[in-house]
Amino acid sequence: MDWITTVDHKKIAILYLWAGGLFFGIGGLEAILIRIQLIKPMNTFLDAQTFNELITMHGTTMIFLGVMPVIFALMNAVIPLQIGARDVAFPFLNSLGFWTFLFGGLLLNLSWVMGGAPDAGWTAYTPLSGKGYSASHGVDFYTIGLQIAGLGTLIGGINFLATIITMRAPGMSFMRMPMFAWATFITSAIILFAFPAVTVGLVLLTFDRILDANFFDVAGGGNPVLWQHIFWIFGHPEVYILILPAFGIISEVIPTFSRKRLFGYSSMVFATILIAFLGFMVWAHHMFTTGLGPVANALFSVSTMLIAVPTGIKIFNWLFTMWGGQVRFTTPNLFAAGFIPTFTMGGVTGVMLASAPADFQFHDTYFVVAHFHYVIVGGLVLGLFAGLHYWWPKMFGRMLSESLGKWTFWTFIIGFHLTFFVQHFLGLMGMQRRVFTYLPNQQFDTLNLVSTVGAFLMGVGMIIFLVNVFLTSRRPADAPDDPWEDGRTLEWTIPSPPPEYNFKQTPLVRGLDAFWKEKMAGHKGMTPAEPVGPIHMPSATILPFLMSVGIFIAGLGFMFSRDEFSSSIMSFLFNNYIVTALGLLITFGSMLMRSLFDDHGWHIEPEELEGR
Amino acid sequence: MTTAHAEAADGTLPHEPEKATLEGRNKVLAFWLFLGGEAVLFGTLFATFLALRNQTNEGPSAAELFHLPLVAAATLLLLVSSLTSVFAIQAMHRGNVAQLRNWLLVTVLLGLAFLILEIYEFSVYVRHEEFGMTTSAFSSAFYTLVGFHGAHVAFGILWIAVLIGQLLHKGLTVVTAPKIYVSAMYWHFIDVVWVFIFTVVYLLGKVG
Ligand code: HEM
Ligand SMILES: [Cu+2]
Repeated sequence: MDWITTVDHKKIAILYLWAGGLFFGIGGLEAILIRIQLIKPMNTFLDAQTFNELITMHGTTMIFLGVMPVIFALMNAVIPLQIGARDVAFPFLNSLGFWTFLFGGLLLNLSWVMGGAPDAGWTAYTPLSGKGYSASHGVDFYTIGLQIAGLGTLIGGINFLATIITMRAPGMSFMRMPMFAWATFITSAIILFAFPAVTVGLVLLTFDRILDANFFDVAGGGNPVLWQHIFWIFGHPEVYILILPAFGIISEVIPTFSRKRLFGYSSMVFATILIAFLGFMVWAHHMFTTGLGPVANALFSVSTMLIAVPTGIKIFNWLFTMWGGQVRFTTPNLFAAGFIPTFTMGGVTGVMLASAPADFQFHDTYFVVAHFHYVIVGGLVLGLFAGLHYWWPKMFGRMLSESLGKWTFWTFIIGFHLTFFVQHFLGLMGMQRRVFTYLPNQQFDTLNLVSTVGAFLMGVGMIIFLVNVFLTSRRPADAPDDPWEDGRTLEWTIPSPPPEYNFKQTPLVRGLDAFWKEKMAGHKGMTPAEPVGPIHMPSATILPFLMSVGIFIAGLGFMFSRDEFSSSIMSFLFNNYIVTALGLLITFGSMLMRSLFDDHGWHIEPEELEGR
Repeated sequence: MTTAHAEAADGTLPHEPEKATLEGRNKVLAFWLFLGGEAVLFGTLFATFLALRNQTNEGPSAAELFHLPLVAAATLLLLVSSLTSVFAIQAMHRGNVAQLRNWLLVTVLLGLAFLILEIYEFSVYVRHEEFGMTTSAFSSAFYTLVGFHGAHVAFGILWIAVLIGQLLHKGLTVVTAPKIYVSAMYWHFIDVVWVFIFTVVYLLGKVG
């Protein structure tokens, strides 16, 4: 119950972590099934339809329900602490964002047991995702589930923007803000401007499928290429929503374990902003082969390649930070160090793909699959592992085992390169992606076997990580405030895990790497910026949960509104939009409750603070 | 952190009560951000409409369909309602709760009138022109864009109505003021979107 009603950012972080971990596991199982099917030519382990459902759900689940929530988990756990705030700007909305994400994800995954998962690829290209080619409810689960989950992401983005703009501790100017906070800030801005586009795209596709609208249906005057534009105007920035937080994490971990300040801090900030800006200008590089014409292809090709410049700046800054530092290869830093070359390789194949003529060759082959897994798994997932190992003691008060952590690292990264490195060559040799099998003796056999073995090794790495988490959770919570001893930022100045009000007194920030600065000046902790006083706390509430349940019910109701049911009661309820209305009633009713009954929260008094 | 109720207790409200607390300032800021997102949402809908506006699939075209006097009347209603919401905020800044309530009421009624005209317009199209969601790509884009705006108006009406109730119940405080201020921002935004709809959908549809 406590977990359902909590509005504490630290608990919401843990909720995001468990939920994201769950979906990540589901997506991982799907990946393993895909790889088993591809282990040898003409395999009959899966049929084509199931294979299509699996690749669709794997891509969708990993991106929207697997890694995004883990990113949000780290942001929620760390950002208020790093900027010296007691909470996020809108604790209520924070909880709402989590629950809408979770119920959207559940809705999407219900498709497995309710008549067929989506099967049109995670990009849901029309007309493949139209009723003509995809008649089950699968794609409806996709559109409506993602819509609901996307709502949560948008809410979270706005919340972080407001938090970072208004709630930084005294003295923390923007140019003294930790890089992870910067990354969160920019990422949230991208979310704000990219997600509404996919919201519209999903609405249009829903209308085409459920209300027989004609947006993408050529027979009715519609245009399938429109879907591609809308999807990628969102989809490409989405890639940066994923990778910028990883950049942020790496920029925290490397200086800590090099005992040096981040090299080129301000160039890092501007590179981040530039990447975000360019990220919006390059969407059509996913559409070179659609037939946009040479002028458009040339422009998008060049603008895409430009992104390599700020990205290169970042890579070199990390290297220069380590250069001459007292580098300690703890588990987080191993992941960070592994990130750099792996991500760089993904970047290099990115530039190759950005060349439009070459892309005509690479398009829809395993070369593309290899590329984006180098970026997303080799970049983001390694970054997340670095971040999780780094902040785990702060989140849970317990150190993860270093030796198990190193085992996780080595099995995962070796498995990763085995899986995906060979896929570059499979792609160059012409193996198509999204095809459920291949013929023997095309020289695909051995490399596919290698790839599948690698995937299992990655799975072993994941299992070691879970074992580590499990064993750690049974040990006493005795992590010190600053467990890595070289912490540079504010989160390391308070207990692990932090008390629910985070800071007894808001700290005064006197420079970049605020805590490090005080340590160098010989101080034990931060100078407070305020006297000890009563702390205002928001109350727990069930309303965000109820609102999300309402949206979930409304979504299901709308989805089945045109179905014929064997029972007349069901038909009556669904075909007259009664279920939909009921769901909306729950949601709007909860909103009304929120509006009518003010909640002033409560206070923690100074005596209580001292008592601890 | 200053708390809301403590400040309201002494009776005098600051000049801009919506920005008196951190919560209030956060709310206004976040709402600006939210409107940024809404702008992208409507931008995408407009782009879709522009891409499909000539795809009539042998159904009625914009020039045959639209009846400008009706739309002009609706436009007038909505523009005036934006003005009355400005009056409401001015009354709030003067601390005049009665005037604030009245102007909000007028705003809601004007919004309601607009909505009724729009529903009437749609029903004429559907019944007499055989122009429904499924007719053509143009019709789908039209109903989605204009309907989305209409849904925003409907939500705005409900929202401001609830706020009026809250105002009667609790009076003007540093808690209610930011909500009222933000709802006025929302209302202006809807109005601006409508100006674009009037131009891009209706005028452009009539002219060419
Ligand atoms: C960890 C082990 C993973 C393995 C073994 C794996 C394997 C695969 C395979 C075999 C495909 C199908 C390629 C095709 O036929 O198109 C695929 C597609 C994909 N994967 Fe993964 N994957 C893994 C992790 C991830 C992660 C962590 C993400 C995202 C965060 C991800 C995102 C995607 C996407 C977006 C697609 C494209 C799906 C499509 O094109 O329909 N994968 N993956
Ligand atoms: Cu891209």
